[in-house]
Amino acid sequence: MIIPVAETNQNLYCGSFTIEGGNFNSAGIVSTSIKSILKKLGIPGDIVRKAAIVSYEAEINVVSYAKKADVTLTVDPEKVCIEVMDEGPGIPNIELAMQEGWSTADQRIREMGFGAGMGLCNIKNYSDLFDITSEVGKGTHLKMTIHKP
Amino acid sequence: MKLRDVKDILDAEVIVGEESLDQEVKTAFGADLMSDVLAFAKSGSMLLTGLTNTQVVRTANVLDIAAIILVRGKKPSTETVALARELKIPILTTKYILFETAGRLYTKGIVGCLQKVDNTSGRN
Repeated sequence: MIIPVAETNQNLYCGSFTIEGGNFNSAGIVSTSIKSILKKLGIPGDIVRKAAIVSYEAEINVVSYAKKADVTLTVDPEKVCIEVMDEGPGIPNIELAMQEGWSTADQRIREMGFGAGMGLCNIKNYSDLFDITSEVGKGTHLKMTIHKP
Repeated sequence: MKLRDVKDILDAEVIVGEESLDQEVKTAFGADLMSDVLAFAKSGSMLLTGLTNTQVVRTANVLDIAAIILVRGKKPSTETVALARELKIPILTTKYILFETAGRLYTKGIVGCLQKVDNTSGRN
């Protein structure tokens, strides 16, 4: 049987967004969009929820620490993938940053209800696959994958 | 119970969502740390909090929270109210402190959206 390539390699959705660093009022706009796109695509509720949580925490990080970030959302028949590539200070010690409770947040971030050193842990816990790389002085690259049931 | 009953029990003022008071609610989660809300709160729960900025509404939207209950008489900012209207998330405000708010709802049958976290690191 011949299966058309379009069906086997079908990308249901691919889109990109920009997050502006330091703009605390805009924090959450991108994740709200991601959530609504996934809902419209008919993705199951728990997958939408995980994707919204990881993108929201990532967005808070970008707004808090980076200059800007490009976000890509890709949906294929097996998974939802969100990549966040920021231009920013980078993370000198990823192992330390991944420890729950470790934070460099300032008062502004704490006033938003964040900055308790849980963001990256939440992202890791709600992703099926989580990849983080960072270069000091250049930026941080997060890749979160959530498998569909 | 209905959100209308929550309003009565807490002697609360409805700031956004007068039209949503017939919505059924069964569970709640209380915290001022939004990362904890994201880590633990469940869809359809009420969020009891003292935080009033737009991130409360963003967090509630991400999790499909049924309603935001502001405690300690807190009033949301204009931006928060506008965003809650746009995203159709009810906001009520009560003068009761968080402990009293939770206790009064609990005795009337509202339970936590989870009872305990699963392990020592506080993850669920």
